[in-house]
Amino acid sequence: ILSYPRHPVLKKRDDFEDVLEERRRSSDLRYALRCYTPTLYKGLVPCKVSVLKSIVLQSDHLQCVIKQVSSESGDSTECVAEEASLILDEMAHRMQLSTVRFFVFTLSKAFKRLFRSVCVNEEGIQRLQQAVQEHPVVLLPSHRSYMDFLMMSYLLYMFDLPLPVIAAGMDFMSMKFIGEMLRMSGAFFIRRSFGGDKLYWAVFSEYVKTMLRKGYAPIEFFLEGTRSRTCKSLTPKTGLLNIVMEPFFKGELFDVSLVPVSISYERVLEESLYARELLGVPKPKESTSGLLKARRVLSEDYGSMHVYFGHPVSVRSLAEGKIKRSQYNLLPRYIPQKPSVDTHEFLNDAAFRLVRIQEENMVLKPWVLIATLLLQNPDGMDLSSLTEQTDWLRHLALAFGAFLDWPDHEACSEVISCSLALHRRLLSVSAGHVQLSVTDAPQVETTPEEAVFQRAVVVLSCASYRNQILHVFLRPALLAVAMQSANSSRKDDIYNCFNFLRNMFSNEFILCPGDSVQDFEEACYLLMKRGVLQVLEHEIVMSASGQSTLAFLCSVLDPFLQGYQVVCRYLCEETNENLTEKEFIPAVRSFCFVSLSSDLQKNALAALLRLKAVRKVKV
Amino acid sequence: LHHQKSWQEIMKWNGWGYSDSRFLFNKKGQAEFTGKRYRLSGLILPSLKDWFEGTFGANLQHKSPATPTVNLSAVAPPNLNEPFIEDLKAAGVAASHDPEDRVFRAHGHCLHEIFALREGRIGRVPDMVVWPSCHSDVEKIVELACKHNVCLIPYGGGTSVSSALECPHEETRSIVSLDTSQMNRILWIDEKNLTAHVEAGIIGQDLERQLNEHGYCTGHEPDSMEFSSLGGWVATRASGMKKNIYGNIEDLVVHIKMVTPRGVIEKSCLGPRMSTGPDIHHFILGSEGTLGVVTEVTMKIRPIPEYQKYGSVVFPNFQQGVACLREVARQRCAPASIRLMDNEQFQFGHALKPQVSSIFTSFLDGLKKFYITKFKGFDPHHLCVATLLFEGDRGKVLQHEKQVYDIAAKFGGLAAGEDNGQRGYMLTFVIAYLRDLGMDYYVIGESFETSVPWDRVLDLCRNVKERIVRECKERGVQFPPLSTCRVTQTYDAGACVYFYFAFNYRGLSDPVHVYEQVEHAAREEILANGGSLSHHHGVGKLRKEWMKESVSGVGLGMLKSVKEYVDPQNIFGNRNLL
Repeated sequence: ILSYPRHPVLKKRDDFEDVLEERRRSSDLRYALRCYTPTLYKGLVPCKVSVLKSIVLQSDHLQCVIKQVSSESGDSTECVAEEASLILDEMAHRMQLSTVRFFVFTLSKAFKRLFRSVCVNEEGIQRLQQAVQEHPVVLLPSHRSYMDFLMMSYLLYMFDLPLPVIAAGMDFMSMKFIGEMLRMSGAFFIRRSFGGDKLYWAVFSEYVKTMLRKGYAPIEFFLEGTRSRTCKSLTPKTGLLNIVMEPFFKGELFDVSLVPVSISYERVLEESLYARELLGVPKPKESTSGLLKARRVLSEDYGSMHVYFGHPVSVRSLAEGKIKRSQYNLLPRYIPQKPSVDTHEFLNDAAFRLVRIQEENMVLKPWVLIATLLLQNPDGMDLSSLTEQTDWLRHLALAFGAFLDWPDHEACSEVISCSLALHRRLLSVSAGHVQLSVTDAPQVETTPEEAVFQRAVVVLSCASYRNQILHVFLRPALLAVAMQSANSSRKDDIYNCFNFLRNMFSNEFILCPGDSVQDFEEACYLLMKRGVLQVLEHEIVMSASGQSTLAFLCSVLDPFLQGYQVVCRYLCEETNENLTEKEFIPAVRSFCFVSLSSDLQKNALAALLRLKAVRKVKV
Repeated sequence: LHHQKSWQEIMKWNGWGYSDSRFLFNKKGQAEFTGKRYRLSGLILPSLKDWFEGTFGANLQHKSPATPTVNLSAVAPPNLNEPFIEDLKAAGVAASHDPEDRVFRAHGHCLHEIFALREGRIGRVPDMVVWPSCHSDVEKIVELACKHNVCLIPYGGGTSVSSALECPHEETRSIVSLDTSQMNRILWIDEKNLTAHVEAGIIGQDLERQLNEHGYCTGHEPDSMEFSSLGGWVATRASGMKKNIYGNIEDLVVHIKMVTPRGVIEKSCLGPRMSTGPDIHHFILGSEGTLGVVTEVTMKIRPIPEYQKYGSVVFPNFQQGVACLREVARQRCAPASIRLMDNEQFQFGHALKPQVSSIFTSFLDGLKKFYITKFKGFDPHHLCVATLLFEGDRGKVLQHEKQVYDIAAKFGGLAAGEDNGQRGYMLTFVIAYLRDLGMDYYVIGESFETSVPWDRVLDLCRNVKERIVRECKERGVQFPPLSTCRVTQTYDAGACVYFYFAFNYRGLSDPVHVYEQVEHAAREEILANGGSLSHHHGVGKLRKEWMKESVSGVGLGMLKSVKEYVDPQNIFGNRNLL
């Protein structure tokens, strides 16, 4: 199921329908109050929130951990049990239909103001409806904005699907009123880090598993763990994935359906906020008053939004031949076990593949192509050549299997001017010349640093759009760079180079571990089909007409190569022996402004650590 | 030998049991069971047709009849070892290479074996059959087999469901089926120690009947006891329905005598328990004919119980039923037998109700149904039934009965009468006949079993049943299969679970292959859910591939080294187990 076709271009995707259209025609209030009768899981054991809580607290698993913790800490079991109960209170959702209805009403209003359209693939919804009845479902949306989970619940309500319970970060809890509201619409809250806390982990995992086993509600969480500030998919986390798969591994459930959901925005609400964060301006703390201040965002046009519900992935089929379930035969199932090495590898692999499905089903808007080109031309471009190159890029992207939402029957120039208009905050157009720039009224006194900062915000905002399409070009681009730097046309040499680059960038991009050969072949295939390369038995030769494509692909990766170079140069030239991790990012930032994004710096350091070029010494 | 011939004549050659007993749909389309041997014999079963058509999507118009007689020309000529035959003749052991005798002993009752016979396909069959009449005959045969390098396959009742009797294709030597049926005497009964010394070829029902004449029984009643033999029980580690009182075969044997190529293996005394290293009985129990022939067994016997009482309990659902059985096991108060059928099997049992004799009975049935479903609110699509059998002296039985019903009540169980219980146990004996009926109408099926810890019973049952349904669908089976289970034995630490699985194979080009793939998948599912490879059917050749996984490489190596020592020439070459 997860082995996506070798020829990505041929992938069939569903059609979209705008769900706001109906909302614009009829009463939101009546809609929010309408009769909601979701399709339910056939094995559902209905239970109330309070009963759920006592099932979790009484579970053999939790009781076992309570005893362990008690004997290790010396506290009485009652005391530890009380602590567990408090953890659960802090964590648990309290879903209430009335709160959901309130959200449906307000979100209807908000979405209509924010978005021109919200497009959903209805076939995906139908598949989900089917899946929900058969097996417990886990929803795995991509995470680019706070809007994501609101939108998910909103859509599920809209299509009479059971409302999900959502794993949310504890930061929301601090938004007093909103936090409670979210809780009542199905969010449950987990601490960001609880590494060694056995009891917390036990409560948390048992809570999720109980809901899954009872078929209580679909579980929703973000594989990427947090919002991606760069619009690039993040390296997935496997903790929660393990929790939702374990009931299958241990035979408690026949199967679990994982549904990857790709949510894409024509304009991300947090656009400039993210850029500032990447530049080291701390993330504003989630607070209700902050939210109210953010009302300003309501007055802007965010274009359209696309939600694509992917095919449900059966955990059973995923694990077929990879997980030996009988490994759980010899230990009572309530005793927690760390995942074995094999299991861990499987989880990691599955997580990567799921994120790749998310990526592939992510709708790309024309602006993404334009942003890519504008970033490669810092001095701007003439409208005519922008139009021409965008059209060229569009065909290249389509040939590589991009899920491009290009309006039918509209002239290319028309499409471009619409996109430019929507993103006018990031660029200036004068006399047929388009350039990235700050269009807010220039501050009276700007220091050179501030000017650079302002420009960097624009560049990083723009980069976040280019990043959305990177997964389409990534493999061919790695090949293009490999060919350039291999200084050889021998296939082996190029592959080695490709492999090195792939390895280097595996913290930066979603590259499934172990798929090196497959990725290489895919890149060769795509470029060969495009007439850029000829792949012979032992050699790879560039075609005469392939120069421009290869040059483009190389420059796609260029910012990343440069960024990593800067990090390396900094580490070689500037550091004394003892650099602390905390100092690293500001230090690199002041070392060179080219690589300003903290995301890139972190990834580069992680890669160097992984490749053992740099050593981490605990002090 | 005379007895042997007649036995073969009253048995089906291509199906289960006696030739005169079979299910059929009469001209009116009603099901009936022929013959006079069973309580159900001669009765009309009015609801079976609807159940059959509804469950399998089968149609009485679509028949798939069996080849009426064995096609002897399809039997390959025997590969005879003449010097062996001559020596055998000199030793005075009865033998035959008549094709019918050979075909009869070439199979057990696996689906693929019976299916092939019904189609008139005959594979490799033994080249000859020998009938030893006592232990020393067996010694002679084995000695001669070693001398002439002949392959021996012991044959008891022929009820194997593990491909254990199948002749290995790769065997090039002459294959001799060693039929133990003539060794069927009770040699002595020791009332002081309550033991009986019996020849291993005796069939279960004969053993029980003959002991009954003396006022005793073994209490060992596997579902196949009408046809299976004592030697077979030992060779497969059989389990009896009433093991809660009498124990399984390993608890019942006091002494075993087995002839191997190395000589005779036996213990020197009849002590009830010994600490003399690993128990050599356990090399013999479950050896599945790979080491030698069990010739004589000393078994425990018991006085016939004074009183027997059947019973049944209806539960609102399977979970409650399992919870009740678990509690019964925890309190160690299981009756002689306690079995829990799931809802599908409960409905199946209902379909086998004979025509009621009076309006009054039918009125009573209606009333009971009303009480359970309407008054007690049991959902007829979820409720399930436990059948019970109590044995012992009357006072204790009644007391015991109350204890069990009290436990059942705690799990929502309602006593549902002796009749239902008794019918449940009767079904055990006729269910094998039903498969032949199905096969007349494009329905094939089989049962298989496992044992599993208590905490996994529910998960295993659900997952295996669902796996069967899913695998059938994926393999193009047009109509959802019957996939049902029951818990048939309780133990301190777990239970034995039995699955029935059958489907309509119309439209499939190779139904047996599909069947085998599904059964294979079901076994994988069992193992993945913490179930054992087998509780009592054994491994044979059907489940060999999982042996290493089941007993570890070292474990398998131990068994192999025993085989290597006992039978270096692989005279007992049925290739089961290892």
